[in-house]
Amino acid sequence: MTRIVMLAATALVLMVAAVFFPFLELSAGGMVRQSSLLDAVLAFSSGLLLPLTFAVAALIIVLPVLRLASILYALAPMALGWHSARHGVAAFRLAEALRPWAMAEIFIVGVAVALVKVAGLARLGIGPAFWTFAALVLVTVLNDTYMCRLTVWKTLEERRRP
Amino acid sequence: MTSLHSNDGAQTLTARQAGLVGCHSCGRVHPMGTPRCSRCGAALHSRMPGSLQKVWAWLFAGIVVYVPANIYPMLLTTSFGATTENTIMGGAVELMHHGSYGVALIVFVASVLIPVGKFLAIGYLALVVDHGSRLGGRLRRGQDLHRRQRLFEVVEFIGRWSMIDVFVVAILSALVQLDFAATINPGIAAVSFSLSVAFTMLAALSFDPRLIWDAEQDLT
Repeated sequence: MTRIVMLAATALVLMVAAVFFPFLELSAGGMVRQSSLLDAVLAFSSGLLLPLTFAVAALIIVLPVLRLASILYALAPMALGWHSARHGVAAFRLAEALRPWAMAEIFIVGVAVALVKVAGLARLGIGPAFWTFAALVLVTVLNDTYMCRLTVWKTLEERRRP
Repeated sequence: MTSLHSNDGAQTLTARQAGLVGCHSCGRVHPMGTPRCSRCGAALHSRMPGSLQKVWAWLFAGIVVYVPANIYPMLLTTSFGATTENTIMGGAVELMHHGSYGVALIVFVASVLIPVGKFLAIGYLALVVDHGSRLGGRLRRGQDLHRRQRLFEVVEFIGRWSMIDVFVVAILSALVQLDFAATINPGIAAVSFSLSVAFTMLAALSFDPRLIWDAEQDLT
């Protein structure tokens, strides 16, 4: 239980770093182009493609954050030995429902494919956000493997507020 | 489940026959007729109402938007004034010409094989479950049901990985903005492709796997 809470908190901190630091750096013919995760999200923000901006933002930033936050909210009080939080049950149900829609790990594979495509075109530099995001994916996967849903549900039921 | 394996065709008692209903969200078992799960608060259904209707609706929506996703360009590359348009297949073929076969294979699998395979698999499952008496008539062994269940689990797990191509386009068009030398812009196919992925994910989510096991009573 403590381990899951710690991993979720780590992932949240990493996500903040990943969003704001430069992600990748491309240089060709004396021109340098830096882009952060936010730029990747805003890539579709022209004309008809605008809805895709919201979708991509949701899939790679908003939903993973929401999922981690609700896991933290549901489990942190119990890890400290208190009763479960007031809406902890609803929060954990939300986290479970969001599971297929949080696509951070798919994004990192997409980044790898894009790197191969660009590699011939220009020199690439990898920014700090790339490594934090990779670490974030690793931590999220660890979190999902350690977390046993049935145990969490049982504990939530046992520690309910009287 | 193990009992099904050991003595094939033997009737197992289902939760429904026992007058029980399991929560699809947390797994707690309740007597039939309880409206809400006492543990997690989710609505309880012995079988999801209208499950197959929703599956068909989302599946057809997914197939319809998959067509423009393949016809219209996914990437617009402008290099020294000349614009080239790349469709999904075109992108994979171009990667192959560059000699990066592995990556071309990933793109091909993620954006062609997985979506098409998913259409077929979900359609097959929905058909078999729906016309249980007719198509499922050939069903003689419990293993067939296990195979269907495994197929469903694979489809549910693998569906989200199709989004790779959309993310590739997003990163490329954010990164490659070098004014004159080269610019990459996303094409309209990116929207319909991501819609197609989302719709088929919804189709898989609205499929109730308990329907698979209802065919067990037809076992001879």
